[in-house]
Amino acid sequence: MKTMVNIALPKGRLGEKTYAMLKAAGFECPAIEESNRKLVFENPEKGVRYFWVKPSDVAIYVERGAADVGIVGKDILLEYKPDVYELLDLGLGKCRMAVAAPKGFKETTGTTLKVATKFPNIAQSYYDSKSRDIDIIKLNGSIEIAPLLGLSHVIVDIVETGGTLRANNLEVCEEIVPISARMIANKAGYKFKYQEINSIRQGLERQREVQQ
Amino acid sequence: MKIDNSIFTNEERAIFALRSLYDQYGYNRYKMGRFEEYDLYVRNKDFLVSDEVITFTDRSGRLKALKPDVTLSIIKNTTDAPGKVQKLYYNENVYRVPEGSRSFKEIMQAGVECVGDLDTKSIAEVVLLAARSLDMLSDRFVLDVSHMGFISAVLDASGLSDSGKNRALNCFRHKNLHELDEVCRAEGVDSCKLTAILDCCGNPAQVLPRIEQLLVTPAEQNAYQEFREVCDALEDSGYGDALRVDFSVGNDLKYYSGVVFKGYVEGIPTGILSGGQYDALLRKIGRNSKAIGFAIYVDLLDKMDGMSDNMVAVEEYTLENNG
Repeated sequence: MKTMVNIALPKGRLGEKTYAMLKAAGFECPAIEESNRKLVFENPEKGVRYFWVKPSDVAIYVERGAADVGIVGKDILLEYKPDVYELLDLGLGKCRMAVAAPKGFKETTGTTLKVATKFPNIAQSYYDSKSRDIDIIKLNGSIEIAPLLGLSHVIVDIVETGGTLRANNLEVCEEIVPISARMIANKAGYKFKYQEINSIRQGLERQREVQQ
Repeated sequence: MKIDNSIFTNEERAIFALRSLYDQYGYNRYKMGRFEEYDLYVRNKDFLVSDEVITFTDRSGRLKALKPDVTLSIIKNTTDAPGKVQKLYYNENVYRVPEGSRSFKEIMQAGVECVGDLDTKSIAEVVLLAARSLDMLSDRFVLDVSHMGFISAVLDASGLSDSGKNRALNCFRHKNLHELDEVCRAEGVDSCKLTAILDCCGNPAQVLPRIEQLLVTPAEQNAYQEFREVCDALEDSGYGDALRVDFSVGNDLKYYSGVVFKGYVEGIPTGILSGGQYDALLRKIGRNSKAIGFAIYVDLLDKMDGMSDNMVAVEEYTLENNG
């Protein structure tokens, strides 16, 4: 029997784009394309088993070995620092982690900066590197509203086109790090399914080059 | 007294089997108490896996800790003497906050420490003993072997700044070739050599010659030679491809200076064995011996369904007790 590689895909557009790349690379799974309520799809012939999970959970599935391989945004890797191998930059879902503030905001160094974010660890380590004292306000969504209501001075968030920021009269003032989707692998899984995981990695790498 | 073998949990079977293995290799048991002076851990905080320690004040007013680590206590009890090698093994509970966890856990560890006037042969023997331990636990295992002194020399020779080196080391840990390339490019350093070294993994006899050609400085070559000698000594072990060179195995550069290794068994998602040569720790406490050791996180075996048939030692152990 062929060794099965378990692959955690993030629900949503990024996961669909990644699956398209995997399909083009020869790791298709017809069942996944039928619309139904199943969560796990496998193609024993190709040795792949896919499942959809919440994007921020992909790294957990991989770190704990429920999935051998996963596709996850760099933002999640930076925030949760899972102990996994980061094998490939897929070049998908490109955006950046940035500090944004209301237009014309002048930072004064005399007070503690209030920062609203979904990514407290990234924000903390960025400001630590600048030795800036900050107060982190952890939010779970609609971060843009925080400075408008006076909850925070600035926000640290993912910026793709900047459309949402502009609509709320905010602008990027500092860039922290570029973000894109990465292929990650469980450390033990990579040892025991080395050939299989590497051929998926090479397949994706070729597809990335075709697309670029 | 007759004990039915099936009554043992994976963890207990493993402990007995490992104990008899270490005994065969001439290791003496080291038993320690639950508590240690807190001072010992404060002075060597970076050596600990997690720096959180459960402390309490004992009746005489001294600050004590529930031991988060065994190695520090063991080396304290060894002495330096030319030609002398002390070989000790233990199985002890340690108390620490595992990475990603919010609370303290009691973790059962088995392990060995070999301290003293070590040569290549005795270092290789400890690595081999790590492989034998894994072989006992599972039919399928991998022991990844690396060398901190070598990685450190390669990074020094790369021309990267200190912060660049730290970022590069982080890329090594995650096998992150694309970011290693970016780190080098950002500082105008050619990334080919570093990425080639990180990308190399597999059987030492095949991998090492490829690396040898890339080395330039004497420090790199010396560290390589040291690593090569240990790998050569392991060649006849019969473990073949289960022993692999992999430079993503990296503990910190501060305490580990020589061979480092990490073991995996099929069915357990995280590394179950971790070890290395930590001469630098001994230097820091004013000692001149060498030291190498490893720990096995025995409690992880709960996650494994069946155990290896190789674990015959348990059978033998209980039979003797039956008599």
